Amino acid sequence: MSAPILWIAIPFISGFIILSFLRERISPLIAGSVALILALTALIIPIDTALLLGSVSIKISPSIQFFGRSFTLTTADGTILALIYGLSAIWFFGTEASGTANRFVSLGLMIVALLTASIAVEPFLFAALLLEMAAMLVIPLLVPPYQKPGRGVVRFLIYQTLAMPFILFSGWMLAGVEASPGDINTTIQAGTMLGLGFAFLLGVFPLYNWIPMLTEESPPYVVGFLLWAFPTFTVIFGLGFLDRYTWLRTSPQLSGAIQIAGLFMVASGGIFAALQKHVGRMMGYAAIAETGLLMLAMGLQSSEMLNVTFLLIIPRGLELCVWALALSIIKPKVTSLKFNDVQGIARSYPFAVTAIILAHLSMTGFPLLAGFPPRLALWQEIAGQSLSISFWIFLGMLGLILAATRTLAVFVMANENKIWQRNESWTQLIMLGLGVIGLFTLGLFPQILQQFLVNLPALFNHLGQ
Amino acid sequence: MIIEIVSWAAVGLILVTSTVMLIIHDWRINLGALALQYVAAFWLVTRHLPFVMGSTKLITGWMVVAALGMTRLSLSSEEDDTEPSSLLRGGWFRIILMCIVALVTAGVTTRIEAIIPGLGLPVIAGGILLIGAGVVHLGVTSEILRVIIGLLTLLTGFEILYAAVESSTLVAGLLSVISLGLGLAGSYLLLAGTSPPELENEL
Repeated sequence: MSAPILWIAIPFISGFIILSFLRERISPLIAGSVALILALTALIIPIDTALLLGSVSIKISPSIQFFGRSFTLTTADGTILALIYGLSAIWFFGTEASGTANRFVSLGLMIVALLTASIAVEPFLFAALLLEMAAMLVIPLLVPPYQKPGRGVVRFLIYQTLAMPFILFSGWMLAGVEASPGDINTTIQAGTMLGLGFAFLLGVFPLYNWIPMLTEESPPYVVGFLLWAFPTFTVIFGLGFLDRYTWLRTSPQLSGAIQIAGLFMVASGGIFAALQKHVGRMMGYAAIAETGLLMLAMGLQSSEMLNVTFLLIIPRGLELCVWALALSIIKPKVTSLKFNDVQGIARSYPFAVTAIILAHLSMTGFPLLAGFPPRLALWQEIAGQSLSISFWIFLGMLGLILAATRTLAVFVMANENKIWQRNESWTQLIMLGLGVIGLFTLGLFPQILQQFLVNLPALFNHLGQ
Repeated sequence: MIIEIVSWAAVGLILVTSTVMLIIHDWRINLGALALQYVAAFWLVTRHLPFVMGSTKLITGWMVVAALGMTRLSLSSEEDDTEPSSLLRGGWFRIILMCIVALVTAGVTTRIEAIIPGLGLPVIAGGILLIGAGVVHLGVTSEILRVIIGLLTLLTGFEILYAAVESSTLVAGLLSVISLGLGLAGSYLLLAGTSPPELENEL
């Protein structure tokens, strides 16, 4: 058995089988179990190392050849595979509670498989093609068959498609830059193309307008998954570029550009979130601000860059999952997620509302919650470099806190005669409860992430060494 | 010499088809022009890739056209003319845009040939023309079918240029899958909203 077959082919085929043959009720359980088993396998069994179980020797070979190119997952990738499939399992187990259609888990599993392929493919710049394929698989999830497609989904498709040519061409040009590093023109052209490619992929300011549109027009759980999965893999892909090309890694101009782009996203995301009157759009802007923080972490000129980046990535999956699940529970019961329509809903859905507020506060970096330790670490690093950047991050986070306060005020603003009642099902309660416990656990005991973070520098040859 | 002439003829065909797709709103003519565009692209791609790999792109392109055509055909006639009066209204503007694209192409083709020797002038011209036409297409419309046609046009231009620098079978295969995926995503988006919510439960 080879690692790419185990972590790419098997989940992809499983997704296809679930889509074709399995019933609605059991498919989240099956998909979640597949993802969980793959996560545990990645955690327990090292790749390319022989394990003796009784008289049987097991060895997972690291690579496979496919159309003349190799897909390789090494021992160092085990940690990231465990994280990805572990978080995917949480998303899939939560599907039934969210009321999302059956095809979410099947296509979701296929999407995660394709995204995993993007970190395994050699040469690594071909990952852009796999990211684009994954983006196209998201389309049926974003637009239910009975709903007219909105502008957000069309823009998402356009931006993701535009990203691919830029990245592939820049990859080809970067090879030329390596051959003649003194050629300033080629260097600038390659850097610009690469920047544009990643700007489209990550939805960098001002190319993120599709995110709030999608959070308004599409199922929240699907959009939450999209906002977790795609930026996570894009960041890993981007780190691969920084690791591969010395001049990119050491360029202060590029580092500055990444930080400025990140800063715009954090500040604008926070400020726009504070001005919203739609709970779904707020989640979109919070995700934008969070992506901005990821970019700020990537732009750090310090040995802590990798640790801070991955420290941000892990809670992001949980925060978005809890937030999106809670929104999915509320959405079918109200006309829309606008403030007017969700006013006083805390008395009908107290647990879902609590989950939304806690996830929101976690994304602002509120103490005791999962988002606090990574923001503290990032702020500490940033403050050492520039106080003005720290101020703008503060402004963005302040905007998010204002948004959370406004949301809370609207949720509890009900007629005094309206009685408190619980309308969430037991499944929904259990999933929300587990998510909230996870938020507090990661906030109170961030050291449990240490076992993941300690192995991450081995993923990259140069970064974080 | 003959090959060079045919290559320039392919570039001419690309200019005509992309202009037609931009100014005419009849979806049948648009998809016919797209099918012709794939023939021209096939010829330019085979300047650098083996015939078999080039023909894969042609077949994929035609499959996309067929998928989009069948989907569009299945929609009700009410949805046939979503922009009835805009045929002539923006026509001149779009022609001017295509002229700008053609001028830019003429300007940059020789410069790119100087930077990357060996690509061939017709290949560069065809690629840039399609990319430009695709961008213009995306800039002037929000109609789903036309957006997909714009993306496919842009992607075809990129494929022509990228085939000259990267001959990997995996890349060619993945790009074909992406073209096909775009066509299928477009078909899905066209169909979405045409079935009532009750049908969703049955599905």
